[in-house]
Amino acid sequence: MRRKPKFTFPARFLLIALTILCLGMVYASYALDITGSPLNTVAGYVFIPMQRGINYVGRFISDKADNLNDLRDVMEENAQLKAQVDELTAELNTIKLEQYELDNLRELLSLDQKYPSYKKVAASVIGKDAGNWFSVFTIDKGKNDGIEVDMNVIAGKGLAGIVTDVGPNYARVRSIIDDVSKISAMVVTNNDRCIVHGDLQEMNASQRILFTDLKDSKDEVTEGAEVVTSNISDKYLQGILIGNIGEFKKDANNLTKSGTLTPAVDFEHLEEVLVILDKKESGGETE
Amino acid sequence: MKRKITVTLIVIACFLLQCTLFKSLAIASISPNLLVIVTSSFGFMRGKKDGMFIGFLSGLFLDIFYGGTLGFYALIYMYTGYSNGFFRKIFYPEDIKLPMILISVSDLACSLLIYFFQFLLRGRFAFRYYLMHIIMPELVYTILVTVFLYFILLQINQKLERAEKRSTGNIA
Repeated sequence: MRRKPKFTFPARFLLIALTILCLGMVYASYALDITGSPLNTVAGYVFIPMQRGINYVGRFISDKADNLNDLRDVMEENAQLKAQVDELTAELNTIKLEQYELDNLRELLSLDQKYPSYKKVAASVIGKDAGNWFSVFTIDKGKNDGIEVDMNVIAGKGLAGIVTDVGPNYARVRSIIDDVSKISAMVVTNNDRCIVHGDLQEMNASQRILFTDLKDSKDEVTEGAEVVTSNISDKYLQGILIGNIGEFKKDANNLTKSGTLTPAVDFEHLEEVLVILDKKESGGETE
Repeated sequence: MKRKITVTLIVIACFLLQCTLFKSLAIASISPNLLVIVTSSFGFMRGKKDGMFIGFLSGLFLDIFYGGTLGFYALIYMYTGYSNGFFRKIFYPEDIKLPMILISVSDLACSLLIYFFQFLLRGRFAFRYYLMHIIMPELVYTILVTVFLYFILLQINQKLERAEKRSTGNIA
């Protein structure tokens, strides 16, 4: 294969060409809202199976290590829990009676259940943002499982994030603690609305996120009050728990309050999440 | 051809490790940046063109899976690889000092660019905080990993170079 040396472009020109290509892509993703769907498809089929494999092995090993440690604790706990079961069974019976009563009353008042049971699909977290700046993670379910952009993701008892990009077999979720995340929320006690921001600085320092623009003119909000997604949010379904209010103070304008919020979800150990397949119906396109 | 396949595999492996294994090994939620190590190493070991392509590839993977805008990371990593290529002339495999310095500077430059474009422009002005709590820890952790990863990459590169020399020698 020793022909004449092939003509090659100098590195400079290639650099300029690739720079233009990159800037073109940046422009395209801002202006035209293209998120590289063909690339997503290809990359999804190459990477996701491998990512899943690594996670499977990793979890297997850490489970085995944990098992040995936990055995003694578990036995101790078992005795305690058995006692608790008895106690709770008695309690449950009373509650069942009350529930029966409540159901009857609801029927009488023809009240709908406030939060309809949404259709959900379970997914595992298979990768986290490679850098240290953002809180984005990928899950192992995608378009093939009916997931679409803007679907809400919950974990445990609270809101974890929102789907921002979908591939055939994976989806990218931006968590609520991400620095660019903003959610319209309300406090349960008096339905006053506020904005919940993710914040890298606050999250690193004290595992909390921020809220601002809370009106609370009657000073009804206290520390520990629950904050849920609001009814006017255009992407988040109403009434999903976000977290509990920590410390807060009045703003300089003397009208609104702002402070910190402890998220309900443990983002350090996020492994399984639920994606809500119902999307919020908001009037018109939000482009 | 063999080189292209090997390098692509290295980039894929590092990308996967970075967003799975090293996220679990994160200290204070900071994990090292393997892709910068790969991009920078191949930049000064192989020259501008190789560094540029490897940087572009690494950045593109980040963009597809975790980036907000397609092309942003690709651009940053591409220039990192390209600039490292300038130091090929003064690179000697036995000397660890130059690779360490170059990789550190590359990681620092990448972090600063990300801070500037993604944080400062959104009005996050607490630069000192981000420097001390995100950029410096990442730098230290990355240097720590460099000590191991760099030698692996060096070995692979030397093996590839030997193989290339042999095959051209045979045909001639």
